[in-house]
Formats: sequence, C-alpha cells, structure tokens
Amino acid sequence: MIDLVRQPKLSTNGDPQQGPNGRPMHHLLTSTSLIGKLWLWRYVILRRVCQFTILLLFFGSAHWGWTIANQPILIGNLSGSEFLGFVPLADPFAVLQIFVSQHVLASKVIIGAIIVLALYALIVGRAFCSWACPINMVTDLANWMRSRLQVKDLFRLSGNTRYFVLALTLMLSAIAGVAAFEWISPISMFYRELIFGLGMAWMAVLGIFVFDLFVLKNGWCGHLCPLGAFYALASSRTAQLKVRFIEKTCTHCGECASVCPEPQVLNLKQAGINNMITSGECTNCGRCVALCPEGSLRLDIRFLIASKHQLNPATPIRRTA
Amino acid sequence: MVRTNRSRRQFLTQTTQGAALATTGGLAWFYLLNEQAQAAAYAIRPPGGEDKDEFYAKCIKCGQCVQACPYDTLELAATGDNIPIGTPYFVPRDTPCYMCPDIPCVDACPTGALSPDLTEINQARMGLASIDIENCLSWQGLRCEICYRECPVQNKAISIEHHPRHMSKHAMFVPMVHSNYCTGCGICEQACPTEKAAIRVVQPELVQGKIGEHYQLGWETDTPITQEFKPYKNDTLPFGNSNNTGQALDYLNQDDSL
Repeated sequence: MIDLVRQPKLSTNGDPQQGPNGRPMHHLLTSTSLIGKLWLWRYVILRRVCQFTILLLFFGSAHWGWTIANQPILIGNLSGSEFLGFVPLADPFAVLQIFVSQHVLASKVIIGAIIVLALYALIVGRAFCSWACPINMVTDLANWMRSRLQVKDLFRLSGNTRYFVLALTLMLSAIAGVAAFEWISPISMFYRELIFGLGMAWMAVLGIFVFDLFVLKNGWCGHLCPLGAFYALASSRTAQLKVRFIEKTCTHCGECASVCPEPQVLNLKQAGINNMITSGECTNCGRCVALCPEGSLRLDIRFLIASKHQLNPATPIRRTA
Repeated sequence: MVRTNRSRRQFLTQTTQGAALATTGGLAWFYLLNEQAQAAAYAIRPPGGEDKDEFYAKCIKCGQCVQACPYDTLELAATGDNIPIGTPYFVPRDTPCYMCPDIPCVDACPTGALSPDLTEINQARMGLASIDIENCLSWQGLRCEICYRECPVQNKAISIEHHPRHMSKHAMFVPMVHSNYCTGCGICEQACPTEKAAIRVVQPELVQGKIGEHYQLGWETDTPITQEFKPYKNDTLPFGNSNNTGQALDYLNQDDSL
C-alpha cells in the first residue's frame, strides 16, 4: 500500500551513523509510489484543503448562494461570520481590540468570539495560523523559494517581537478608540478582498511575501504577527491537540527543526520531560510529523499523552514523607 | 564593577532602543489609524451607522450587512478606496438604499456597529439630500420634480414649493429637502435626470448649518415670543419680487398678458 522507504544513514566507512545521542540515524523517508509521496505530503495537502475549503465556503455562500436547509452555509469572513444562519463566529482578537477601545459590543459577536476562542484555546491550539490563515499559503511559498534560492537573513529579530506588537496593538486600540490591528491587518484585508472583491490588499500580501523571502525567514508569521501571538498565548496551556514526542526513538538529527516554521518550540530536552511539544507557538502544522525519519513526532491529544506518561514505568515517582 | 556597569549600560541601552522602536512604530501606526478614521467623511453608511465614532470602533469589517442587503446596495471599502478600510458604504447614484422595513443589514450586524436601536427605517439618517440649485432642472424652471415623486418618505422629506418667476406667467415648482424627514436613502440621487446628479446625499455635517439658539423665529407658533412682535416683511423673501410682490402676482390678470 504505502511503501515508505526508511534507510539507515551510513557513514563513509559503512558503519551506521549515530546521532548526537548515540542512536542510529535514518535518511528522510522516501517513496516511489504516488500514494506514498502523497502520504509524505499529507499535512501540507490537508492544510491546503482546509484553507481552501473555508475560503470556498465563504465565497460560495456569498456569490453562489450555497445553502444547507435554506440557510447560507458561512456568511461573512474570518473577522466575523455566521454558520448555517444561527452559529455566530468572530475573531476573538478583533473583539478584544474593540473591547479595549471601550465600546460596548452586541452579544452576538461576543458569543462568536468565545466559540472561536474555545475552539483554538481548548482544542486545536494555534492551528489558525497553519490551517485557516490565508497568509500561510503566501509565507509557505516564500519559505520554499527562500530555501531554493538559499537566501540568508538580512538581520536578526527576536521571535518575541510579536508579543510587543500584540501589546502595542492593545495600547493603540485603547488610545485611538478603534481596533488598531484590524485597520491594518493584511490577513483580514486579503481575506476580505478575496470574498468581497479585489482592491489593493495584494500589495500588503506582496509585502509580506518579499519580506519573508528576502529579508527574514518566517518574518511575518514568526516574528511580527500579533494575531499569531494572541493565539499562541491563548492556547499554550490548554489546547488538546499537541505534537507528541517519543524520546525513546529520537536521534536528535535535527531534521524537524530545519522544517519547523517556529523551530524554537522544538526544545527536545523540554519535550522529553513532557512527552510533547508544550509551547503554544507550535501551530500544529504537522511538517515535522510527516518528516521525522524515526517517527518520534506525531499529532496526539494532550490528555492521552499525559495519561500514557503516567503509565510509563520508567518515570520515577517521587514521594515525600 | 566595570563588568556590572557595562551590563547595566547594555541593559539600559537596549531598553531605550526597544522603547524607541516601539514609540516610532506606535506613532506611525497611530498616524495611520487617525488618517484612516478621518478619510472619506462623505461616504454614505448603511442605516444605523450614524454615530461615526461608534461605527468605526465597532465595525469588525465582516461584510455580513453587505450580504444581507437584498439589493446589493452595500459594498465593503477595499484597500485603496480612500474610505476607511473594510467598512460598508454605498454609492447612492449607483444603487441607493431601498429602505427595507425589516432592515436586514442592521439585523445581520453582529457587533452593533449598525445600531440595533434602529427599528424603524424612516428613523435612519444615512445622510441628507442636498440640492445644487444651479443645476437642478426644477430650479431652472423646468417641470421635473422626479426626486419629489421618487422619494420614499413622500411629501415629507422632499416637498415642492412654488415660486413666482421673473418674466413668465408660470410659477416654478422647486424641490426642497427637509432634514427632519430625509433618511439619506439616495433614491432621489439615483433618479435625478441631470448628467451629474443635482440632488445628492451627503453627510449632514458637511452641508447643514445651525441657526444658533439666541435667534427666535417669532412668527412660528410654538416659539416663545420674547420681544415685541414685528410683522414679517415680504421683501426679505429670497425669491420674492422685492418691493412689488403684489404687482408680480397680479400681472396675470392684466389684459396684455392674455
């Protein structure tokens, strides 16, 4: 069926090559059949399908009158929408900005924001960034071209900059009395114009593309975007969908960190203790999962990981008298 | 000691640099927001969006009002339209608001940017129709009055006044807009037959004056008369024939004009 080839890495003298922790390393998984190749790309394919499905539901409901039981499927855009005519959905970060700008909002949008926030914070983590956000396609393309062209970063910027941008967003919203990020957000700009007709938003998107491609790797999503920062903070401790880390088989070859758009989350020492990638900055994109030649990383549910962790006899239980 | 000083200096420098960067970025951002919020004061907003501060602050730019509109009147401002980005507006000359009694756009708004307090569409104040009397056909003396006939708040928002006219037996039938009834729907603007509309919906604050409270219009019955009443003189009428109004009205009865 799915014929994945997993070959041991050999050093020049023919001995199996060992990773930094002494375990024998393997080459990246390959496949000769189409199904196998698709399987290796499964998360990229699924993410594109997910991104386009959401966009298509918005577009179809707006322009082709898509309905279920006489109710439009998804009306609005990522900032705010209504699903099947009765489930309100809203961007919790946008609502937070309006909230700090001291304006009383209608209950509909607050309920919508709570629903969306609960989805990300309690269930799928920062998956918005890699599974729903339209900019993800742009930055993925920039990243791919950057690796092909072997572009070097122009300067270094801390990944924590985004939290300052987040704080600045809320401060400016309070001072200016309008939702500061919503008025310049290339994400909502781009998405809005995909659904409601094209304006100049492509220029902002082009800006992000060029910035990510020539200036800074993952410049926008990994350093600046306050929406990603918001979801990272919101979901870091509570999200159920997590990348499980199986320390036993990991060779510390570092392939995962080379494809990860947020490589700082792959702190394998920390992950070995918790049996998972704990950082909320992980977008659950699944790149590392599909790539890992040892199968040491996989998407799993937090409470399952936790219970397995407790059952593991190798874990010492400390007692105090 | 030297090492401590250096690291302290480093810390202070970096903090200052960070603060400076945040301030610069913040100021640029703030300037952008201010510019955006003040752009296009003329843009006509959907019903319920009268309070501009509330509207700009609460609008989440989702476009649900746009999709709720059965006449495809509303549009979302695209980037580069010079209208605050992503907010709904309409161009009355292209498609006016047809004033649905159930106001589906307000109903669709999830945030209350289009005020849910608006339950009666005749109470909407999207703008105010304003007549360019230099280009209005009726004000030139032609019989047009299309705006008057098309107006959905008929005979209230637009009335037809007749004025005597120089050198002719026929009176002029001129449209007048009354701000206490005009909803700013723009149906008149769309219907206006002139090449460029001579009646246009604009934001009231761009055209509306204010008398000032110390003026007393003594001849109006519900105005308290605080001074000695002085009879109203005809020659202050803007369109009356000065000094000899009586003659102007009387000339129709004179022989030579028959």
